[in-house]
Amino acid sequence: MLTLSLILLPVVAATLLLLIKSPAVKTLALGAALVELALAAYAFATFKADAQMQFEFDYPWIAGAGIRFSGGIDGISVLLVLLTGLLTPLITLSAFGREYDRPSTFYSLILYMQAALMGVFTARDAFLFYLFFEAALIPVYFLAAMWGGEKRIAVTFKFFIYTIFGSLFMLVALVYLYYQTGVPGKPGVHSSAIVDFYNLNLTPAAQGWVFWAFFIAFAIKMPVFPFHTWQPDTYVESPTPATMLLSGIMLKMGVYGLIRFLLPIVPAGLETWGLLATTLSVTGIVYGSIIAIRQRDMKRLIAYSSFAHVGLMAAGVFSQTANGLQGALIQMLAHGINVVGLFFVAEIIFGRTNSRFLDQLGGITRTTPKLTVYFMILLLGSVALPLTNGFVGEFLLLNGVFAYNNWLGAVAGLTIILGAVYMLRMFQKSMFGPTSARTETFDDLSGAESWVLLPLAVMVFWIGIYPNSFLKVTEPAVLNLLQYVVK
Amino acid sequence: MLPIILLSVFGIVLLFMGFLKSKVLLLPATLVFILAALATTFMDWGKTYLYFQNMLLTNNLAILFTTIVLLSAFMVVALSNSFIEDEQAQPAEYYALLLFSLVGAIMMISFENLIMLFVGVEILSVAMYVLAGSDKHSPRSNEAALKYFLMGAFATGIMLFGIALLYGATGTFVVSGIKSYVYTNAYGVSLLLYMGIILLLIGMLFKVSAAPFHFWTPDVYDGTPGLFTAFMSTVVKTAGFAALFRVLSVSFVGVYSFWWGTLAALTCLTLLIGNVTAVYQTSFKRMMAYSSISHAGYLLIGLTALGTQTKQALVFYSLAYSLATISAFGVLLVVSRQRQDTNGVNENFDAFNGLARQNPLLGFVMAVSMLSLAGIPLTAGFWGKFMIFTTAADKGIYWILVFAVLMSTVGIYYYFRVIIAMYFREGAAEPVKVAPFYRYVLIAATILTLVLGLAPGLLEGLV
Repeated sequence: MLTLSLILLPVVAATLLLLIKSPAVKTLALGAALVELALAAYAFATFKADAQMQFEFDYPWIAGAGIRFSGGIDGISVLLVLLTGLLTPLITLSAFGREYDRPSTFYSLILYMQAALMGVFTARDAFLFYLFFEAALIPVYFLAAMWGGEKRIAVTFKFFIYTIFGSLFMLVALVYLYYQTGVPGKPGVHSSAIVDFYNLNLTPAAQGWVFWAFFIAFAIKMPVFPFHTWQPDTYVESPTPATMLLSGIMLKMGVYGLIRFLLPIVPAGLETWGLLATTLSVTGIVYGSIIAIRQRDMKRLIAYSSFAHVGLMAAGVFSQTANGLQGALIQMLAHGINVVGLFFVAEIIFGRTNSRFLDQLGGITRTTPKLTVYFMILLLGSVALPLTNGFVGEFLLLNGVFAYNNWLGAVAGLTIILGAVYMLRMFQKSMFGPTSARTETFDDLSGAESWVLLPLAVMVFWIGIYPNSFLKVTEPAVLNLLQYVVK
Repeated sequence: MLPIILLSVFGIVLLFMGFLKSKVLLLPATLVFILAALATTFMDWGKTYLYFQNMLLTNNLAILFTTIVLLSAFMVVALSNSFIEDEQAQPAEYYALLLFSLVGAIMMISFENLIMLFVGVEILSVAMYVLAGSDKHSPRSNEAALKYFLMGAFATGIMLFGIALLYGATGTFVVSGIKSYVYTNAYGVSLLLYMGIILLLIGMLFKVSAAPFHFWTPDVYDGTPGLFTAFMSTVVKTAGFAALFRVLSVSFVGVYSFWWGTLAALTCLTLLIGNVTAVYQTSFKRMMAYSSISHAGYLLIGLTALGTQTKQALVFYSLAYSLATISAFGVLLVVSRQRQDTNGVNENFDAFNGLARQNPLLGFVMAVSMLSLAGIPLTAGFWGKFMIFTTAADKGIYWILVFAVLMSTVGIYYYFRVIIAMYFREGAAEPVKVAPFYRYVLIAATILTLVLGLAPGLLEGLV
């Protein structure tokens, strides 16, 4: 029931918000998101660290076809449930600084998005997963296209078509897998439970194409090189809360999909094509980092950094090692926190100076001790300094990639160096140096802004200093999953 | 078979009601008549009956298709309040013709004898020819009627020729008789039978506007007054597919290997032409015409992959498609009339600019129906496509599935143009006025679309 309420609560709250026309709508949305956070935190706290599905719900949906409305939380999804629960109130609060037109629609779309994301991370039925996977696209598309920048219509439309194109091929693969399941001696009886897909005996050819169907769907979502062309423009043109949803949580749907579907269902396909997929991911790391170094728009820079980071997560997953998977899981949490924080800092700077261009900024640190500290913390987390959250994830991920292939591991290791280059450059150009006309009067953080950044900073250190509180929760499920990989 | 008799009688009653000075009673009376027909339809639920010396056969499947057809007609009539206000219109005749055409549709759905199929197609078509030209002062409407009539008459002729050849081959008009002929002569089916199948298929595919027999569709849909276009693209299509399903699944299932390849090729052609041409339209109404061609393509997949799941998929898809199409036309009707441009009614995409801001409800109704037609999850249209796709997967025809998936990506492109216009562009400042009853019908259709999108199991096990 807990899992079901995690999905239903935001839906109910969002639908009620749509009916409210008063300015209190923001506060109510925040309240709903905080209640949801309490539920997610409760789920995390009471989650037993074993490989079992917990807090399950299971109802018939299309009963005759063996398709069920079922979900639950296991070690793979628990951190993502926590991440979604944690980030949504912060994203909601971060939007308070700007007056958005039609606020009730705006905030309810954020909550609808949260419900769909919770659904994606907890679905146990493949078609239910697909339903949420697609449904998550609609609220964020509307958020981005209604409140976005000048080129928003064309950019977000490309994003929408691109991602849905990918997921439709996943649908073909899911339908195919569904028809491979069955009970011996009972033709026409199939099941779409994800675990039933794990035990299928697929031919090598089938494994090959199912691998690509899944890979393309998830690679577009994350995005992995060369499927990333929608991403920088969409991140830049979207209003910042939508960018945060996209980068902080939605791209994790792709990594999660790789872990949940691709690894255990098509191990032989991964064996054949894994090297190519890893090479693509690693290419993305270097490519994204190098482009990030050349950016002058802060938002675009963070977008490319996110593209580089997610490449490493994908490579870690493809390494099929416990370290790689554990690293990917904890890095999803860490990256969500860092990237949301960094986008928020960019939004704060834009709100004060009306510019996101590094050459128009500078010297901000003189009047803003608080902002400087928070920005620095998030930045260090992002460049993977030891004792911050990024370090744990990247260390484990690189460890996994090395174990898989030394050369690729070495190239992927560049992410640490290049990441420091573009991040510190951004910090230096915006915060230090002489002030420009735009940054001469720059107010430090307001109360609401501090309340967004404080929890993020706490999480940066919590994960960095004591990662075990998260790693031990996910470990049994990861080991269990790996049994299917080496079958 | 009470509904056929009732609807015929009601149609005549409506014609006489046209003599009355006051027109106010016509619309509610028609709605009550349709509901009465719907209620009597369900009297045969759960049983299989042959009527009129084996002319017609009702079973649950026929009842479900009849329900969809009557429901569509109910919605179309409920949205027709503009007839009453229009001085030029002759609502009594319109409503009578709609009821007569429903008689034809029900006969197409529940025929057991091919003669009944022919008579049903004719009754439905003749009424539609007249209704296509009902806006008699508009040249486009006249053109639509003439085109539809000439092409339609030709197609019906071909179909009749096919039926004659089938009779020549098998010595019977009865659907199950042809089936037993095919089974007893499994190794030496007469060539005439094959010719008959092809000609019959051509006639029927024309009616459901499948490529390459679709050329009449855009012009006719465009010229016909909007409500009748909605009726045409839902009732005619549902009845046509019900008829195709019955004749293919009963009579010709024994020679599946003969026709499935042809049908598969036509399916892909229909999907391709419908979707790709729709992208280039500037008029919403013409886009809907091509969209209806593309949906004929999706429904044809179900027939191409004829199997145990086809029934359910066809019923679900037709229902989802009808709901979405009628609500889309419902919104188009009020918008195009109230946001006129220099050429009179504006049926282009730009008529919808900024609609969601002035009329959130109309915007939402239209958005849901576009999402449903595009097959996006949480709407009935998604499950319709899903079930159609699973019929293909069940038969192992994956290439058609992949092709259909590609085409539905193209579909998203043109359906979303409406959503973009409504939500993301600026438009006229004054809201569009909608009568309360009109609004309730649209809301009901939207809610039904969403409910079926969330709980597709509701229709399970009925057929």
